[in-house]
Parts: sequence; C-alpha cells; structure tokens
Amino acid sequence: MVKSILLVGVGGQGTILASKLLTTGLMEAGYDVKMSEIHGMSQRGGSVSSHVRYGDKVESPVIELGGADMLISFEKMEALRWLNYLKPNGKIVVNNIEMGSMPILSGKADYPKNAVEILKKYADTTVIDASSEAEKLGNLKVMNVILLGTIIKLMGLEEINWDKILKDNIKEKLVDINLKALKTGIDLV
Amino acid sequence: MKKLMTGNEAIARGAYEAGVRFAAAYPGTPSTEILENAALYKKDIIAEWAPNEKVALESTIGASLAGARALAAMKHVGLNVAADPLFTVSYTGIYGGLVIVVADEPGQHSSQNEQDNRNYAKAAKVPMLEPSDSNEAKDFTKVALDLSEKYDVPVLLRMTTRVCHSKGIVECQDREERDIIPYKKNVNKYVTVPAIAKKLRVNVEERQKKLLDFSNTTDLNFIEWNDTKLGVIASGMCYNYSKEVFGDKVSYLKIGFSHPLPTEKIKEFCSKVDKVYVIEENDSYIEDQVKMLGFNCLGKDVFPPYGEMLPEIIRKSVYGKTMPTFNYDEREVVARPPLLCAGCPHRGLFSQLGKRKNVMVSGDIGCYTLASSEPYNSMDTTICMGASISLGHGAQKIFDSQKDNKMRVVSVLGDSTFFHTGINSLIDVAYNKSNTINIILDNRITGMTGHQENPGSGYTLQGEKTNELSIKTIAEALGFKNIAVINPNDLNAVNNALDWALSLDEPSVIITRWPCALKKFSPEDKEEFSGAYTDKYAVDHDKCIGCKSCIRTGCPAISFNKETKKSTIDYNTCKGCSVCSQVCPVKAIGKVGE
Repeated sequence: MVKSILLVGVGGQGTILASKLLTTGLMEAGYDVKMSEIHGMSQRGGSVSSHVRYGDKVESPVIELGGADMLISFEKMEALRWLNYLKPNGKIVVNNIEMGSMPILSGKADYPKNAVEILKKYADTTVIDASSEAEKLGNLKVMNVILLGTIIKLMGLEEINWDKILKDNIKEKLVDINLKALKTGIDLV
Repeated sequence: MKKLMTGNEAIARGAYEAGVRFAAAYPGTPSTEILENAALYKKDIIAEWAPNEKVALESTIGASLAGARALAAMKHVGLNVAADPLFTVSYTGIYGGLVIVVADEPGQHSSQNEQDNRNYAKAAKVPMLEPSDSNEAKDFTKVALDLSEKYDVPVLLRMTTRVCHSKGIVECQDREERDIIPYKKNVNKYVTVPAIAKKLRVNVEERQKKLLDFSNTTDLNFIEWNDTKLGVIASGMCYNYSKEVFGDKVSYLKIGFSHPLPTEKIKEFCSKVDKVYVIEENDSYIEDQVKMLGFNCLGKDVFPPYGEMLPEIIRKSVYGKTMPTFNYDEREVVARPPLLCAGCPHRGLFSQLGKRKNVMVSGDIGCYTLASSEPYNSMDTTICMGASISLGHGAQKIFDSQKDNKMRVVSVLGDSTFFHTGINSLIDVAYNKSNTINIILDNRITGMTGHQENPGSGYTLQGEKTNELSIKTIAEALGFKNIAVINPNDLNAVNNALDWALSLDEPSVIITRWPCALKKFSPEDKEEFSGAYTDKYAVDHDKCIGCKSCIRTGCPAISFNKETKKSTIDYNTCKGCSVCSQVCPVKAIGKVGE
C-alpha cells in the first residue's frame, strides 16, 4: 500500500524542509520512500510542490493526478491550484494565509474569494492558522514544521521518533522552537 | 548505510565510491547539484566549475588521459556546446574511466528546448546508460566507469529532470581507491590527424559490435514476465511511471543500457507478447529500433512526443481518461508566474530599457530572461547561452545596411553567461565592427541555477580564492573604447549610460555591477557593496496618487489596493533597492526612518 502526500505553496515558504523532514522520518521508520520536486526558474516566487510517497515499494516519485491521499497547502490559492491531485476521499489541510501573485498585486486580477468554501465543497478540509501559531512561538519560519505536525497526526505517523529526526536535521539553536512547533501542529488537528 | 538522495546527489556519491578524482561542469538545471555534491568530497575529488560545457568535457578528457577516473556533467543543451570534443573522444577512447552525465529536460521546466540527447549516443557512437531512480543513478555511474575502461570509450549517463531531482533511498558504500595510471604518450591513439583518425574510425565500428553484444547480455536490460497480452518497453523514469499505471498486470522490458539497444532482447520480448507499448519521453528512439526489427508496436501514435510522460498522461493515452478529478472552476485560480526577486539588480535596468523606442533587445539565458514579459517587455529574443551579443551583432549589421533604418541593438546577458560563450560573441563585435550596445549584468554570481561561483566571482567551486576576471579589462583588451560601469539601482546612471551609448557611432560595453539580492556576500562583496540590502522603503499613503508607477517595476514587495487606490510595500519583503522611490512621480516613497 502506497500513500501519497502533496505539499504545495509559494517559493520560500519552507515546503522543501518540511518534506525533507517528513521523508527522512518515513525512511527511518522502514518505509520505501520517494519524493519529487522541481527546482529552477519556477522557484522565483512561483508555485512550488513536493510530492512525497511511501509504502512497501514505491514506483513513481510523482503523485498522479487524482492520486494524493493528502494535500497540504501552505497558502490558500495554491490548495485550489492543486486540488485535482487529491483522491475523491482525500484530506486537505490548508494554511489560512493569502499571498497574492503578480497579477493580483498589480491589481489586474482578484484573489479567489471563496477558496476555502470551494475546497470544503469537495473534500474534508481543515484550515490551520499556522502562521499566527508560528508568530506566537516567536518565529514565523516554523510555520512549515507546524504544518508537518498536522500531516503526522492526520496520516497516523505519530509513532515515528520525530524528535530525533528534528534534532538530526535542524541547527541546534533552532531545535527547541521546532520541537514546540511540531507539537503545536499535532495538537491543532 | 542508507540515505535519501536526489539522483544528482547519488551520481556524485557514485563517482566518489568509484574512485573518481576529477569532475567538471557548467551549472545548468537540472544537472547543477551533481558537481555541487561532488565538490563536498574535497579530499578525494577535484571538482570545478568550467566556463562552459565544452571546456568542462575537455578538462575531464585531460584528466582521463592523465590516468584518472573523471566525470563531466551538463544539462541537455550543454552537450550541444560540448559536442565537438564528444564526437572525437569517441574515436580516441579514454585512459582513466570517463563518464559524461547529461540531464535532459522533458517538460522544459527550466530550459529553452526539449531535445532528446539519446540521439547523441547514437550519433557519436558511444554507449549510454539510463538510470530510473537515485539508487540506479549511483550504481550506473560506477558501471559506466567500468564500461568506459573495459571498452575504451567515454560513456554517456542520461538523466532526466525527474531522476535528477527526485529523492529515493540509496545504499551507500565506501570509496574504492584507484591508483592514477602512469601517463603514456600514445600519438597513434590521441592525435586525430586524418591518417590516424581514419584508423580509429574503423575501431569505433568494431567497438559498436562488442557493445551490442554487451547490451544483449547485460542485466541492465531485463525482462519482467507477467501476463503476455501486453508488453511495455521503457527506460529511465518512464519505467517507474509505467509500473505505476500498469503494476504487475503486464510484462516489461526495462532498458538501462540504451545505446546500442538490445536488439536480441527486443526480439525475444516482442515475439512473446501480443501487443507492445513503447513508453518513452520525447523522441521515438526505442520505437524506431523496434519497428526496424520488424515488430509492430504502439508508441508516438498513442503517447505524446513532448512533455513529461507522467502517469496521468500514460493513463489517458491508454484508457482515454485520467483518474477521477473534481469538477471545479479552475478559472478562480490566478497564475503565479516566476518574478525577478525583490531587490533584484536587473529591475533597475529593465524598468528603463523597456521604455526606449527603436531598440531591439537581444537577450540571453538567465533570470533576466523574465524581462521579456510584463511589466518590462524589454527583451526581443532568447536563443541560447551567449547568443545575445552575436545575434545582436548580425541584426545590427542588417539594420545598418538599410538606408533609413534607425534601429539600434542592445544585447543583454549575465556575467556567467558572458564567460560561458558571450565572450566569443563580444570578440565578434570588436572584430567585425558593429555598432551594438552590449550590457553585461554583473550580479557577481551565477544566479538562476542557485548561486554558483564563476570566473568573475573570485572563488572556485571548492571555496578557494582565485583570480577574479575583470569584464572591463577584457572589453578593453578586445579594443572597446566605450566602456561604462554603473550601479543598475541608480536609474539616472542607467538612463545616462543608455543615452550615451545610443549616441555613439561605435560599439559600447555597459557593465551593471551589483550583487544578486539572494547572494551570500563574500568579504570582498561586503567591502565593495557595504550597506546593500539593509534599507527598507515605505509608501506615504497621504502622498500616493495611485498612478501605479511603482507597480510597473514588477516588484513582488509592492501591492496595489483597488479600493483605496494606494500602493503598499511589504516591509519584510522589501530589500531596499530604492527603484520604486525613484520612479514615483510625487515622492511618496521614502526610506523607513528618514
């Protein structure tokens, strides 16, 4: 049985670190793991995605259209952009922030008004205030680890030793705040 | 030890384990991280950024002929630049094992074309391996070096973006040290004057026969028998995608060694299955061979000849539809195109250059290619690395040959692209005397591929301090009399330089010297550009008249509120370049704290 988690967001939001921690934990738990990202030009403020797949034996590192068990979006409009990668009974976690793209910033287009309502119409959607929770912890950047916490809870991966994964992969002075962020994320859902 | 690695990291690991001592490359997505990772094995591998792919390959050939195992890496279009040495080193063969990694880009995520480099293996008559995942990327790198030595031939290792940038579990081993083979002069092997090259040419055909035998017997090409109603032939990532869609319901011929193709295995497979799908990205490379062997197969008449062969594409091509999706209004979703970063030193130049009339802007490959679109609209062409200056030269010659044609050409390229091949083009301008304006965007680093050092940055790939090539001195040495060095964030300086250059009857060089907004400053940068990226700017809403001049600089830090008709600068995103404050007609934008 292979599970697929699609992490999406905007370049610079920390999706890459979140998926790195996630895949490392899954590997240490004994799963076969594959992950796919696209680097390069699209990074420059563009839409980014990390495909994470794990199970007994994973073939494709890329999640098929309509194949994700979970869509975790670091930004609301990005959840809408990637919605069709979700399975009909898949789960969505969406971070409750709006980041305008250039057509929106320049006043040529409008940010989608009912992004969350549209998502809820199609799938089991949980809205998380990861950014404000991160601010409460004192560092906006740990938003990604809060969201990682929600993945861990919703995918039933709490048994993996995440504290160790974080300690092994994060700079020492940032370990404590990230451990708190992880717990915050797990408790939020 | 097990590690999660990208295909690129795995190649570097494979090179390390196989005793490689020298590696060179020019950065290019999706291949860049191969050398960045090889460079980490500092004690064991000499890893270098070469000015371009031709130089990278030639220096690895040198390392091989001096008796060491060597690796060159490049993106697909890089092999066009390195094709010259490739075709002849195929004749001479090698001394220490030589592998050439080439990363194709089906889907063109970060490239100007989608060429299928498997054709190069065939054309240059060199063997080719195609890994499907990270573990194979590591193993195949080692196999490639062994084969290189066994058959006296450089070996192509063909990757694609998804193999390069996907992670998988890799079983790491220790390095197997290899002594450098003592140098031996061998004129009859390595000097390709016609009399010798003609003899070597014959050997190449003999070698091809031996490689064909190898292809038919190696486990790199294997058959997985399942139900024989349907058989799939695939290589590289297409094998994984096919297995994702068809699982164990069909039989597979998996091709890991793809030049020469395993004709006997293809015959065996095709004669035992009722129907054959050839699933491959881009060209009908395998399909053509299958058909030449007299078998019917379904390939490009079912599957698209361009783009990535993602699982949903295979599913739709075979079954007529993808897995179920939601029927929602996707028009709600606004595009999120890539942008010049906040603080990008290219913004100042292009915000002004786009306003010039009767000017053709000949562009090049880099972040600055984004200037071709809104809101700058200040680039007319992009073909390949270094083409800006030479293409511009040719265009100017034709404009000037017409009596009343006042068109002027401004050629624009980055520092790394200049050192890559733009330098040759600038020689052309000097030598053949065209009246072009040549702007070199010297942001002190190779930007788009993620900040690699280059001959102008003063540091090597492995962090050593080195000679820092001066673009200004190079231009002087070529005979240019009109050279200006400006700060592109100073819009007056930009416009004065453009006015001056456009008024000249001679060619000119303008160097915009300011570091990339994302660059980690070297001690020299800190000294030269002290204070850069420390300021913040804000809009005084009482003064703002809603004219959107600042918005038209295309800065992601600035947004416009349609209700209040005011611009706002996001404090955290602003890098303090001041371009917006200079274009504001009512001085509504000022430095925070002043």
